[in-house]
Amino acid sequence: MSSEWPLWEVFIRGQHGLNHRHVGSLHAPSAEMAIQNARDVYTRRNEGVSIWVVRSNDITASAPSDKGPLFEPSNAKVYRHPTFFDIPDDVGHM
Amino acid sequence: MSALTETTMPETTLSADAVLFETLLRVGDSALILGHRVSEWCGHAPTLEEDIAQANVALDLIGQATLWLGLAAEVEGAGRDADALAFRRDAGGFRNLLLAEQPNRDFAVTVMRQFLFDAWHAELLAGLAASTDPRVAEIAAKARKEVAYHLDRSETLVIGLGDGTPESHARMQAALTRLWPFTGEPFRGDATDAAAAEAGIAPDPAALEPGWRARVEAVLAEATLTLPDTARFRSGGRSGVHGEALGLLLAEMQFLQRAYPDATW
Amino acid sequence: MYAQMVTSEGGKARDEMTPEECAFQDRIDRGERIEPKDWMPEGYRKTLIRQIGQHAHSEVVGQLPEGNWITRAPTLERKQILLAKVQDEAGHGLYLYSAAETLGVSRDELTEMLLAGKMKYSSIFNYPTLTWADIGAVGWLVDGAAIMNQVPLQRTSYGPYARAMVRICKEESFHQRQGYSIMMTMARGTADQKAMAQDALNRFWYPSLMMFGPSDKDSVHSAQSMAWKIKINTNDELRQKFVDQTVPQARFLGLEIPDPDLVWNEEKGGYDFSQPDWSEFYEVLKGNGPCNAERMEARIEAWEDGAWVREGLMAHAEKRAAAHAAE
Repeated sequence: MSSEWPLWEVFIRGQHGLNHRHVGSLHAPSAEMAIQNARDVYTRRNEGVSIWVVRSNDITASAPSDKGPLFEPSNAKVYRHPTFFDIPDDVGHM
Repeated sequence: MSALTETTMPETTLSADAVLFETLLRVGDSALILGHRVSEWCGHAPTLEEDIAQANVALDLIGQATLWLGLAAEVEGAGRDADALAFRRDAGGFRNLLLAEQPNRDFAVTVMRQFLFDAWHAELLAGLAASTDPRVAEIAAKARKEVAYHLDRSETLVIGLGDGTPESHARMQAALTRLWPFTGEPFRGDATDAAAAEAGIAPDPAALEPGWRARVEAVLAEATLTLPDTARFRSGGRSGVHGEALGLLLAEMQFLQRAYPDATW
Repeated sequence: MYAQMVTSEGGKARDEMTPEECAFQDRIDRGERIEPKDWMPEGYRKTLIRQIGQHAHSEVVGQLPEGNWITRAPTLERKQILLAKVQDEAGHGLYLYSAAETLGVSRDELTEMLLAGKMKYSSIFNYPTLTWADIGAVGWLVDGAAIMNQVPLQRTSYGPYARAMVRICKEESFHQRQGYSIMMTMARGTADQKAMAQDALNRFWYPSLMMFGPSDKDSVHSAQSMAWKIKINTNDELRQKFVDQTVPQARFLGLEIPDPDLVWNEEKGGYDFSQPDWSEFYEVLKGNGPCNAERMEARIEAWEDGAWVREGLMAHAEKRAAAHAAE
């Protein structure tokens, strides 16, 4: 019998109110133990205030071959960036 | 009175400081000795995740022991510090529970010992957090958070392994049977405990038992483990009468300080 | 280093490469990171598994020589520091196994290969820690040598490996300092302590130099690994840097490097120094070092004795999941 514990991806929200961030992975038999292991493995230096774990197998990832179609079109939409707009210095900070 | 127990104060001469000193040793020594036992797993645990988790428990306990023994040394006022208390007392001077000094043997004994201890430790620290001595209350408040997590974890392991495979179940049941006789000692008070409770320094040991018992019974039931019907009669650690294992543990732990008494580290 | 003498697969000249292989090499040359789902040559994948696996094994086996002194640490503070440090090594092993797992090999498979003697770990951990000063020397010299290698690996081409190294380097920063702090205390201590410190340096100096591996300036494996940016510097470069950094630190301690031929070379701006005994290195790699048998026994025992724990907790989780599904 293979008893290898499944792999979990660990996401931690740090002290400063930012989003949960992927910090790494670990093995655990259940979600409950994955949370406990994540606390012991990934917050040894006071890194976190909230932990998410998700089975690695449950993550759907974009395919690298789709990188062009998925991400390049946004390159053309330069008007989404504030530097696209020229505002005279006299207007002051905006 | 034998040499082994000579530091146990006769009832009539207990000063307030002596009571506090003795109480602090009892809490601090249990944390130190159990922390030492758990640290023996470092590099040898069943998985890396568990190796890291066990080290965290050991670090918490040794950290707590440093605070308790530091305060004990301060109260004693004899020029000793936490290290002197940890590394220069012989076994007869140690006040830890016999449960804490039991050797690791297998992971089942380690986990069961931790759970039986944590369930008591959590109750004790809740009481100490309400101590009339603010220094005691402060250390207890910090330790309490750590121990709440230890208990969460040891419960998860006891339930998972008790209700796991036939082998893990059998090992956990054997561990419970082996350790059960040591589970009466934490609740058996003496004159020092009575004086400490009277002064509001520490809770009455007997008062901690109902909470402990309820928790232990609930968790063991979920773990499909059977409470042994053996007597919980083993005691002596809190008055300095230990098992053979403690002498060996101290021989290892205190080696450098004993072999090189003039050195600083 | 922690990954010594990794055999690299591949080594093709550009005109022998397929268009895919050319495109892959171009990405690496541009400094792009390779991610798990990206196409990669089979040789790159296999070499990385071997290197990251060996690195991970080294962290985990590396717990043992230092762990040997946790129960004998001389003060409560030293005990906590050492325990925290050895715990970090377990964490680093875990991060590295996780990086290897993105390449399609499981941690259990890697562990079984280690225990069967099919994968290696760093030669340095087959040397014993005989006194408390050895704990200082290991932190100062062994971690010092490891850092030399790990800092550049933060820029390695494989994303998960590079990210693991970033985390490891961040956590490692206190390890070498704690070792040096022990050495300072010992070197300034009693005559016994100073003798222990010198003895530790004597025994760990050459094994530390061996950590970088034999000269690889003519190695085809190293050339391929450097082209793939999974190896950043040659072994000799790193060894030289290590010696140049360590000699003044030893002098500050008032300790003597056990090399009568050690001399500053103005022209190259570095020290000339004696090579370790490479025949000893090969013997240790073959399994004949002072502690090879003990280290493997300890890992095998942990693995075998832990099997019922891993199986028990898994069985319980499956029961729970089944009960949950039935509700």
